[in-house]
Amino acid sequence: MARKTQALSLRAVLIQNIRQFFIQHHFLEIETPLRIPSPAPEEHIEAIPSGAWFLQTSPELCMKRLLAAGYPRIFQISKCFREAERGSKHLSEFTMLEWYVAQFDYYQLMEQCEAMLITALKDMGHTQDIIWQNNKINLASPWERISVADTFSKYAPINLQEALHQDRFDEILVEYIEPRLGIDRPTFIYDYPAKLAALAKIKKSDPNVAERFELYIGGLELANGFSELTDAREQRQRFEEALELRAAKNWACYAMPEKFLTALEHLPPCAGIALGIDRLAMILSNADKIDDVVAFTPETL
Amino acid sequence: MYTASDLKKGLRLKIDNEPYIITEFNFVKPGKGQALYRSKLKNMITGSQFERSFRSVDTFEPADLREKKMQYLYKEGDKYCFMDNESFEQIYLTEAQVGDSKNFLIDNIEAEILLFEDRPIGISLPNFVDLIVTEAEPWAKGDTVSGATKPVKVQTGYTIQVPTFVGEGEKIRIDTRTGDYLTRVKG
Repeated sequence: MARKTQALSLRAVLIQNIRQFFIQHHFLEIETPLRIPSPAPEEHIEAIPSGAWFLQTSPELCMKRLLAAGYPRIFQISKCFREAERGSKHLSEFTMLEWYVAQFDYYQLMEQCEAMLITALKDMGHTQDIIWQNNKINLASPWERISVADTFSKYAPINLQEALHQDRFDEILVEYIEPRLGIDRPTFIYDYPAKLAALAKIKKSDPNVAERFELYIGGLELANGFSELTDAREQRQRFEEALELRAAKNWACYAMPEKFLTALEHLPPCAGIALGIDRLAMILSNADKIDDVVAFTPETL
Repeated sequence: MYTASDLKKGLRLKIDNEPYIITEFNFVKPGKGQALYRSKLKNMITGSQFERSFRSVDTFEPADLREKKMQYLYKEGDKYCFMDNESFEQIYLTEAQVGDSKNFLIDNIEAEILLFEDRPIGISLPNFVDLIVTEAEPWAKGDTVSGATKPVKVQTGYTIQVPTFVGEGEKIRIDTRTGDYLTRVKG
């Protein structure tokens, strides 16, 4: 019980420190509805229904609409909900920090993410390093940056192309690559294959690559960020493909997010990122289970 | 058929015609990627273990495992004979199949025999068994050092540590799960 008290205290201080960083950097904290008519259609993420609507899997759609409406720097710490996602690092209901910056690309966002976390962790006493699950992770800037293709070459038994071809990207990532990321120091992996772009922009100089990155600390996936896709037609196409893939496995059909697609026409070049607050709290309190950093899990309710 | 959402620690599956039990299980899901179910599986016959990541579309055959109540009759050479009380059917288990339970088998003790597709693969006994001490060094009066134990042999040939006051011919209760002495019993 004492351990949980300590974890919850650390978590509260962490969130305050994160807020401070964004306020100091002239970000506006906003709240967007948790209950929405249609979630962003994605192949592998299932939204929890709420009456005829759904609980958000991420505040992304509303936040981008705000960016398009003229708010250039926004952040939000909110609950996100995903069906059937429960494990030692997963809760169906979890806390996400998302922030969006107009006129930024994903490189600048990576730098800002690094700066934010270094500041927040330093304010909590971690100036040099942090120890998580027997890993001493050095926090000195710059953090490691390695392309997705290079992580496959370095750590996986087959290369990225082969893995995509055999439809084993996730399996290989989880088994061979993730455990090696962010061990000596935090790692950003970037330039995901275009096929896995999600809502990220495709790189102009290389159509096979999406401007998407993820942050890992101690092998734990912490954040996912992109240069945002601003082409409404391409975004609609991706949503349609996702809906088809979902229908093929009998997953729920969602309405096309029309208002979001309309707003996309006015979205300036920007970058956005989602970071798991519970996971960050796990690292701060050296917890190996997400249960240890939340006040209640579904099972204890 | 089981699906990936049925997977959990303790579930028994049939893989390559052998029964496996899931000893460790974790749900993993890279952010925008597919859900994977990382499992450690143990072969219930050989004990060998391996790890595998399953996908949400994978399906699994349940292992046809049944427990049958049988009575231990006797030992013939290195085989142990058990009888089904209802059908009077007799089966023989090898010493390997009986395992450590051989230390606690006494006439007519009731056992649960684990069968995989009608092949006996394991046995479990009642939690406690009462056995007679057949060989023990006598307790010297005045030898009252607390916590002292001595080894004795019981009727099955099993050697066990007991308190020094336990004598030959006495009956003792043993926990079959740990092999430890519990108490003396009367009668």
